[in-house]
Amino acid sequence: MTDAPLLDVENLWVKFRTRSGVFDAVRGISFTLGKERLGIVGESGSGKSMTGRAVLRLIRPPGFIEADRLDVHGEDILSLPEKRMRKLRGGRVSMIMQDPKFSLNPVMTVGQQLVEALRAHENVSRSQARQRALEVLDEVAIRDPKRVIDLYPHEVSGGMGQRIMIAMMLLPNPEILIADEPTSALDVSVQLQVLDIVDKLVRDRGMGLMFISHDLNLVAKFCDRIIIMYAGRIVETCKASELRNAQHPYTLGLLNSVPDLEHPRDHLEVLKRDPAWREAPSVSARQ
Amino acid sequence: MNAVTVKNLNVWFGAGADRSFAVRDVNFDVANGESFGLVGESGSGKSTILRAIAGLVPTWSGEMTVAGETLGPKRSKSFYSKVQMVFQDPYASLHPRQTVDRVLSEAMSLHGVQNVDTRIAQLLDDVGLGTGFRFRYPHQLSGGQRQRVAIARSLACGPSILLLDEPTSALDVSVQAEILNLLVDLRREHKLTYIMVSHDLGVVGHLCERIGVMKEGRFEEVLTVEDMRRSKAESPYTRHLLESSINSIR
Repeated sequence: MTDAPLLDVENLWVKFRTRSGVFDAVRGISFTLGKERLGIVGESGSGKSMTGRAVLRLIRPPGFIEADRLDVHGEDILSLPEKRMRKLRGGRVSMIMQDPKFSLNPVMTVGQQLVEALRAHENVSRSQARQRALEVLDEVAIRDPKRVIDLYPHEVSGGMGQRIMIAMMLLPNPEILIADEPTSALDVSVQLQVLDIVDKLVRDRGMGLMFISHDLNLVAKFCDRIIIMYAGRIVETCKASELRNAQHPYTLGLLNSVPDLEHPRDHLEVLKRDPAWREAPSVSARQ
Repeated sequence: MNAVTVKNLNVWFGAGADRSFAVRDVNFDVANGESFGLVGESGSGKSTILRAIAGLVPTWSGEMTVAGETLGPKRSKSFYSKVQMVFQDPYASLHPRQTVDRVLSEAMSLHGVQNVDTRIAQLLDDVGLGTGFRFRYPHQLSGGQRQRVAIARSLACGPSILLLDEPTSALDVSVQAEILNLLVDLRREHKLTYIMVSHDLGVVGHLCERIGVMKEGRFEEVLTVEDMRRSKAESPYTRHLLESSINSIR
């Protein structure tokens, strides 16, 4: 990669103060994100979502972030004032959450929310904003934007809700899109559809995508590069195309634990967690 | 003999002009010891069939015979000692202020099971938890451990039929594998009959022999997993589902 990365993270720690001392959720990871699709995979509790949130400084007390470097497009966000941070969130860096049911405002129509999201970041009139909202709804493959824009979130299906979320995040033209399990609340048949949309938008607009998921096979299909996390550290990183050559037993375990329709097995492989994985130093995923 | 026979099942919600059918004219039977899967997208009525069998939806018509008992509007007590259900979300299906011990002993005392003490220890062993978990609260357990407790509870009264409503969709893939293995083992040891709902064809294919594919409340087709593997699905919808299920890269 010749130009500076969109996101540059070095030695990132996310810690939580608890009654029994400080708990480390993310333990010193380093990675960069260019104009590429980067997948972050791990089980629950591996720190993958915390990593995504840390990039937006969305960790609330008693949690806190420490890092040697946390740059978004050359701007050090560790020291930014909260006011500037709010411009950044949703403006240059957007996040798609897991469940549209909990992330859309239930008492505002889709259109009101889209217009609000855009006007928070750009100085545009209401009617212009509405026009842009209609365009972006069309872009995420919603068939009848004129009808959908005046619906309330409970009137749309889960898949459509998630596409509306994506539309909202795309409105201010972000450079980095963080997708935290964007499809795990959706049906298999809708999943691919939503992912295709994300994929197309990321390619067309030249964004950087951080795709957080627990499903390694899914990530392998949709990303260029994969980071595999365990207990707050990166245990392995590789190109998606080279995943089949992965070495780490944890990666192999994740791959083999998925039931496969075409290759039936009597028993699925179960991860045998080795305490040594926990202690092994983090692999750097900087490029 | 069939464990479950369902004929012309219709289930609806709402009354008068608002009445909408969630399940329409569904027929299937499940042999003793068989494992039958129901697949379809959300809103296709697959969970509603399970809930109708379990007696959680009163508005249904048709004929249902479960474990030799023809079902009426109310379920008898003996019905629940033969048929039990495991729900989707292990975080929501356990009482947050009851220990594992209390959850299991309550299920047993409802059905008049003797030797509750030894049975609990045995149940916990069966689901791979061990007695160390006996006096824990749900918040002290992980998602997979909670689902094991929920399965132990459903086995507490010694049922022969388990209704599984997406038992692994709230879990990580690695934990999902553990629970699926557990379900395979339990079925073999206790000679159980399963009816399982899932939207993941891989999961259903792993656990079931026959699959009913649902769309908009109706059965598109019923086929064996073997046929599905050899892509002998007849209906275009099933083929679409097969295509969109993500295959392993290995």
